[in-house]
This record gives sequence, C-alpha cells and structure tokens, in this order.
Amino acid sequence: MFGFLKTKDDPAAPATTSPATPAPRASWGERLKAGLSRTRATLNTPLTELFSRAKIDDELLEDLETTLLMADCGVEATHWLLDELKATVKKDKLETPAQLRSALAKGLQTLLAPLEQPLDASGHQPFVIMIAGVNGAGKTTSIGKLAKHFQSQGKSVLLAAGDTFRAAAREQLTAWGERNGVTVIAQESGDPAAVVFDAINAARARNIDVVLADTAGRLPTQLHLMEEIAKIRRVIQKAHDTGPHEVLLVLDANIGQNAVQQVKAFDKAIGVTGLVITKLDGTAKGGVLAAIARQCPKPVRFIGVGEGIDDLQTFRADEFVEALLGPSW
Amino acid sequence: MLDNLTQRLGRVVKNLRGQARLTDDNISDMLREVRMALLEADVALPVVKDFIARVKEKALGQEVIGSLTPGQALVGVVHRELTELMGGASVGLNLATQPPAVILMSGLQGAGKTTTTAKLGKWLKERQKKKVLTVSVDVYRPAAIEQLKAVSAQAGIDFFPSSAGQKPSDIAAAALDHAKRHYYDVIFVDTAGRLAIDEAMMAEIKDLHALLKPIETLFVVDAMLGQDAVNTAKAFNEALPLTGVILTKLDGDSRGGAALSVRHVTGKPIKFAGVGEKLTGLEEFHPERMASRILGMGDILGLVEDAQRGVDQDKAQEFVKKMKSGKGFDLNDFKDQIGQMKKMGGMAAMLDKLPAQFSAMAQKAGGGMEDKTVRRLEGIINSMTPGERSKPEIIKANRKRRIATGAGVSVQEVNRLLNQFEQTQKMMKQFSKGGMQKMMRGMKGMLPGMR
Repeated sequence: MFGFLKTKDDPAAPATTSPATPAPRASWGERLKAGLSRTRATLNTPLTELFSRAKIDDELLEDLETTLLMADCGVEATHWLLDELKATVKKDKLETPAQLRSALAKGLQTLLAPLEQPLDASGHQPFVIMIAGVNGAGKTTSIGKLAKHFQSQGKSVLLAAGDTFRAAAREQLTAWGERNGVTVIAQESGDPAAVVFDAINAARARNIDVVLADTAGRLPTQLHLMEEIAKIRRVIQKAHDTGPHEVLLVLDANIGQNAVQQVKAFDKAIGVTGLVITKLDGTAKGGVLAAIARQCPKPVRFIGVGEGIDDLQTFRADEFVEALLGPSW
Repeated sequence: MLDNLTQRLGRVVKNLRGQARLTDDNISDMLREVRMALLEADVALPVVKDFIARVKEKALGQEVIGSLTPGQALVGVVHRELTELMGGASVGLNLATQPPAVILMSGLQGAGKTTTTAKLGKWLKERQKKKVLTVSVDVYRPAAIEQLKAVSAQAGIDFFPSSAGQKPSDIAAAALDHAKRHYYDVIFVDTAGRLAIDEAMMAEIKDLHALLKPIETLFVVDAMLGQDAVNTAKAFNEALPLTGVILTKLDGDSRGGAALSVRHVTGKPIKFAGVGEKLTGLEEFHPERMASRILGMGDILGLVEDAQRGVDQDKAQEFVKKMKSGKGFDLNDFKDQIGQMKKMGGMAAMLDKLPAQFSAMAQKAGGGMEDKTVRRLEGIINSMTPGERSKPEIIKANRKRRIATGAGVSVQEVNRLLNQFEQTQKMMKQFSKGGMQKMMRGMKGMLPGMR
C-alpha cells in the first residue's frame, strides 16, 4: 500500500508504529476502499461516465455539480470546487474530461489536506482526551476502538464513563473495557464532571498514559446540555493543568449538512481540536468532509470504516480522495 | 438549518412581492432558491427535482385569486405540495389484529431505536391502556439489552429478558410465546442497528419479519440524515414491508431534509417524531406544521402547545384579571412574565417558531431580549425590595444606585428596565381599555412588515 510506505517514515503518524502490521495496514486500505465503495458507487459510476465524455461542456459541469451535491458536499463546498475547477480549465486550457478528473482530485486534495493531522498522544501524562458528539454518533463505540488503538501503541489506557444519562451507557463502556482489558472508572449516576475528575486523578495515581473521557450524546440545540459539557471541560482543566489535550467530536458520516452546524456549536462550547468520522462504511458520504473543510476546518483524527474493533483508522486526504474518485487512468 | 430554509424562502417571497405578476423568469428565480434551500436542508437531490417539477407545474396553472399576491399564491402551492409530500394527515399505530400485536423496530445504528421503543411503549400504555412487552434481539452491541431493560423500567412497561449468547430468532420466538401466554396486547421487538448494505444482517431481519409477522414494521430514522437517507430508506423498504417511519432527533436544528426524502422514497407515512431524550419526548408527526415551518409561516400551533405546557394556568388567570382591571401591573408581574417565557424554552426557542419575517424583525427590534438579557433583567428585579417592586414609581436616583450595585449592573441598565416596564404597563392599560383589537392595531403600526 502506498499509504503504508509513506506513513512509516512519518513518526507523527500513530497508526503504524508497530512494524509488524503491514498486513492489517494493507487490509485497511482495502477496507477503507470497501467501506467507501458506496460513496464511489454514487460518486464514481456517474463520474466514470462523466469523465469519459468527449469534451468539457456546461452539461458536464452541471452533472458534476449534481454528483457532488449527492455526495453531501453541500452547496457551498460544491460551488467552490466547481469555481476552482472552471478557473483551472480556463487557466490551463484543459480539454479532455480526464484532465478535469485530475483537476478535481487536486481540488479536493487541496481542500482536504489541511484536515490530515494525525493525533499525537504523547507529551502529557496522562494525555486527557474528551469525546463529545450528538446522540447515536458512535461515541462509546469509538472510545472502545480508540482504547485498542492506543494499546497497540503500547500505551496504558483508562476510560471514564462520563455518560451518566443514557440507560446502560456505563455498561456498554464497561463491556468494551473488558474486551480491551482496560480499567473503566464509573459511578452510579451522578455528575459526569465528577466521574471525569475522578478518572484523571486515578490515572495519575496509576501512571496511566491516556484517559478517554466519554460524555453523553447531546444535540447542540439543548443549551443546558451544552453548558453541562462546557463544565466537564472546565473540570478537566481543574484536574489537569494542561488538559484536556484533545477534544474529539464524533460525527456520523451519514449526517448531512447539519454536521457543519454540529462542529460549529461544539467548537463554541468546548473548543473542538479534532474530529472522528464514524460509519463511513456503507454510506454515500464522506462528502460532508468537504463542507467541513470549507466552513469550519478541524483536523480529522480518525475515521471509522466498520464495526470491528480495529476498524478505526487515521485519515489520509490522498487515500480518501483516491477512494472517493476511483483510480486515475 | 430549517431556519435557513425559512429565511431564504422569506427573502424570495419578499422579492416576489414587488412584482406585478408571475413570469417564467421570477418563478424560476424562486424555484432555484427553493432548490438550493432544500438541498442545504439535506433533502435528497432526486426528491428535490421531483418536488420542484411538481410545484412548477401546479404554479403555472394556478390562478391568482382575489387579494392574494402572486407570491402568496406560489407559497400556497409550495406549502400544499410540501404537506402532501410529507404525508397528508397524521396516522397512528395500527394494532387491529389478534393480540399480541407485534411491532418490529428497524433502522441504522444510532438512529434511536431503543429509546423510541420505550417512548412508544409508554405512549401506548398511557394513552391507550395497552399491556406492553419489549424484547431486544440486539445481541451485537455491548449492553444494548441492558439499555432496553433500563428504559423499559423507566417507561413502566414489561421487559422480556434475553442474553447476548442467544440467537435473535430464538429470542423472538420465546418472547412471542411469552407474550401470547401472558395476554400482552403489544410486543415491541427492538433489533440491532444495521447498514442497508450489510447483506447478512438484512437477511437476519428478513427472517425475523417472516417469523414474527409483525403488524407494524417501523423504520426509525435520524432526522439529521443527509443525502444517503434516500438510499437507506430505499434499501430498507425493499428488504422489509415497512408500514411506517419514525423520525427521531427532531429537536435538533436540522429537521427538514430526511423527512421529505424518506417519505418520498418509501411512500410510507411518518407516524411519530422523537423530540428529546426523555421518554415523554414523542409527538405525532404533523406534516402541515412541518410544511408551515419550512415555509416561514411559523409553527404557531406548536407555540400555542408549548405555551399551554409551560404556563401556570392559575397564575395566568390571575394575570388576566389584573390586566382587565387595568391597574396593578407591577414589577412582580413583569418578573413572572419573564419567568414564564423562560419556561417556554427561552426567547430563542420562541423566536424559532415565529414566522420568518417576524423573527427577523423581532431580533432587530427587540434584539436585546436575548436569554442572557432576560436573566439580567430578572437579576435587577431581584435586587429590589418588595415595596419597590409593587410601586416602581418610588425608585429614584438613590434607590437606582443601590439596585444597580446589588445586581452588578450599571444605573443605565436599571433605567432601561424601568423604561421597558413602563412601556409594557402602558400596553396593558391600553389593552384593558380598548381590548385586544385596539392593541393589535397598535402593534400593526409598530411592525411595518405586517399587513
């Protein structure tokens, strides 16, 4: 895999620290491709057809607009991409649709490249990561996967069951913890901020490297819950001077343009430092990343491409675009 | 994002208002805006195209009658079409079968199936006095069964225990048998979330359906879903004979798109809407209201309902009496009013439900009345003595200084509050003298956009 070779000499990329993982790494590229196959099916089939046309004309551009909109890129990002594309066509005197394809790939990459910033969970101990998101985005599942990810890097992990609201959320996290052999700090109901505070102190006492703090899902319109999560962040600061070291917002890739709204709202409340995109398998999407890149860029730390515990991967713009547009000819 | 849609259409209609009649040109302008707005609200593109075509066809044949402006006529068409697209009148659950009536819940991961199951169970138990059993066949996600158990207990309905080691079909058969022998009216089968492209999982739910022969097969869908809603809904609809759709997370700020798309693709009615995480957060879906909301006519009905829920009836009656007598409206009442407003979800929530023109205007005119300001007003009133509250006219410079220090604000702000209060008082007096009509006329003068 091209990605494997590239990331290996990049010490900042956490996913590939273990040299014994070429096989899963290769399969991840495949998995991502398989996962994004639906995106490709919607994007690519028409795209292949589009780019095999004889010439670049208005009709082609309009169909391209349609296709991008269908992939959830959003009106704003789509228009931006098309404007860029038109400018390139004029400037470089592109003639064949095949050239247009590479121009589009380039445009998408320019757009998404700034989002490609893997998470470096060293430099602080414990490294406190706070997880937030709307209901059903996949926060707790992602935490399980993240725990596994950090463990594979040889780091010790502790989970804080900060979702004290939803029924059985604590049990769900405990179950994940058992599967990973990870301690879970939980309390009978109570204040989520208190659970997280406890967890950070416990982590310090036990010399743990990474603390993953779960929070209850909330919609940005529930103002009191947004205040509650802001409080959790303040309490983390109290428990750890430099924390939280990472505030991850978990986004469901199936969500449409509201994703942008969510990023903005959570950023306002808790200062989001990174995104986790879940459920990228079996969705026609991923396009919403373009909208996010345009309107409120945040680094995409991980993407979830399956239900397995290993199906959480670092985001790479070039692979993503490649998977989205299909191979170049 | 629905607000965007509302504002957008509001703007276009405003533009249209200046025009003498509808031409092909200005109608296409409006339709383009509608298209963009719908796309931004995550309505799937094929659905948008269909919709626009329908509206255009209807609108061009439409006669502009009587006092209606062409713009209003067009909005009328769009509104009717939206309502129709989302399913006409609202329909409840069909339980007309030999008990137990089996209800199968299906949907993507994280759509809200389990929460909705408990909400529906509670609803049936309380509104229709049904004996309800729930069972989870989600043997995949950790603690999914515990979650249903916990929410069932909260809802006060019975739960049939299952464990992750069992096969879904075995659990379902055992639960059905249990329900039959214990004379349950309704049994909810909560399934694991699955992607429509996961063939093995789709086959599993098909088998479950064949085994249970449910009278209702409900598709639970997140209202925030994007363009993919169309594909997901199509796939589920093809795999299962769905009987209805439940829209969840409607209390978020992205309420439009998925409803339109799913309804259009499946052709199945949207039966309920989930609002909020509490088990009471279930509403019957009202297509007309949704359409009104989208078009910027505001969810006035919803506002009225909110008001009824939030307002203390006794207090309200007392207040009306006071107003009728024309005197005695003092700062205590003013504070009560502010409190009631807060109970109704705050200024922001209320503005949200007002028609687009009004909310834009209210924001401009009343602007200062944000929730924060409201809290500050309350703080100022709280810093007054009971005497001052009932007789605001005694508040002079010295008292103002004390109140300002007490509330941690400047004297100007105390003055502003007193001015505001005086205005309200004046309005109340007017009301008691001339009644509602006169007041409305007065308001019309104040709000230039109203006709």
